[in-house]
Amino acid sequence: MPQAQTADVVLESSNLSLWYGSARALSSISLEIPKNQVTAFIGPSGCGKSTLLRCFNRLNDLVDLVRIEGDILYEGRNIYVPEVDVNRLRKRIGMVFQKSNPFPKSIYENVAYGCRIHGVKRKAELDEIVERSLRGAALWTEVKDRLQDSALGLSGGQQQRLCVARAIAVEPDVLLLDEPCSALDPVATAKVEDLIHQLKNDYTIVIVTHNMQQAARVSDRTAFMYLGELVETGPTQEIFTNPKMRQTEDYITGRFG
Amino acid sequence: MAIKPHIDRHFDDELRELRGRVLEMGGFVEKQIADAVRVLENRNAREAEKVIERDQVVNQMDVEIEEMCLRMLALHQPAARDLRFITTAMKINADLERAGDMAQNICERAMELSREPQLKPYVDVPRMARMTQEMLQDCLDAFVREDCDLALSVCRADAAVDALLQQIFRELISYMVEDPATISRAMRIIFISKYLERVADHATNIAEMVVFLVKGKSIRHMDEPPTEV
Repeated sequence: MPQAQTADVVLESSNLSLWYGSARALSSISLEIPKNQVTAFIGPSGCGKSTLLRCFNRLNDLVDLVRIEGDILYEGRNIYVPEVDVNRLRKRIGMVFQKSNPFPKSIYENVAYGCRIHGVKRKAELDEIVERSLRGAALWTEVKDRLQDSALGLSGGQQQRLCVARAIAVEPDVLLLDEPCSALDPVATAKVEDLIHQLKNDYTIVIVTHNMQQAARVSDRTAFMYLGELVETGPTQEIFTNPKMRQTEDYITGRFG
Repeated sequence: MAIKPHIDRHFDDELRELRGRVLEMGGFVEKQIADAVRVLENRNAREAEKVIERDQVVNQMDVEIEEMCLRMLALHQPAARDLRFITTAMKINADLERAGDMAQNICERAMELSREPQLKPYVDVPRMARMTQEMLQDCLDAFVREDCDLALSVCRADAAVDALLQQIFRELISYMVEDPATISRAMRIIFISKYLERVADHATNIAEMVVFLVKGKSIRHMDEPPTEV
């Protein structure tokens, strides 16, 4: 069984706690995210899995009254120190949200936008990035003849893959996926899952999902969270066939919690 | 701590029914083997035919239990203990079906033997039959009670059955060497011993699956059964 300890660790949270005002949302989470693997966070609503995910690229900075203790290390360096450039960090650690949120622009511009901001100007270079990213997100063949059409005209599943293309256009290391399929039908879901399998060759992926079968299908490692605590983490196969903790067992087998 | 019910209570009902069906089949196969050995001892060809006919019931149970397991896997997508329970039930089902076939085979040889004078009084074969029946009972009890220790004791008991088979084999070889006219009967008794030994192997498989069900660890294909898991 591949263990996190033996693989390269890209992201690591150590004794991470987070409060929204006086409410504690995360309690001393220590977790390693291994390189080029898919790590899934599962747990009931409100268990803190999205909050934890958003700590990895400091999206919680945007929320008022958030207080964080403990560290998150990205390639060994603490990302919660003042000298970190948050924009650079988010370029390295991209995110795709639950609800697809393409910009109200063309398909092409959606993908090219991030690269323009980061200083890419040459049309030929942008064209190449757009094609590579759309191919990477398994969307190219569906949209290559209508790149100048509005992204809002795409189906939900296509929009979500466009968001993946937009995220990978800036060549991040890590992709954070926050329930990327919860608004998609089974076919679109299958396409995104297939995409995740392909993407892990090049990226480290962390996915939050309510769909446990999805976690079982796409992830290499699974972390089960409950009431802001990390209950258990391990190879996905073990978590789903023989979890060590009773709480994990009760949750994944659908028993009263 | 007792296992909590599922949020989907219908799933609990189905799991309970599956457990009941496997037990029912286990009880039926146990009886088939007991009847088969009695047929051998009483040289009762009519009774043998009845046992052979009843194997159809075992086959029907096998088909139904397998369908039930497949349906539950497809519809409920079980995980962890539930997944182990259903896959274990499927494997136990297959082993019970094969053990049932052994009862049929014993009856076929017993019918052939009943057409000739009895070679010798049966001592070791009924003993072996008792041991294998006990193993079958114990492994099914272990399944119901999810009793890992009882399952492990079944695994350990298999060695005694194997030893008894060797003893019967040696004894009957001496008969055949002394008098070739005994060969056809001696061979049939050896076959029957081998069938019983197979039943003990199926019971051992079931016991190993019970350990997997309870502990989530495979103890199959080990040279010696472990003393604890």
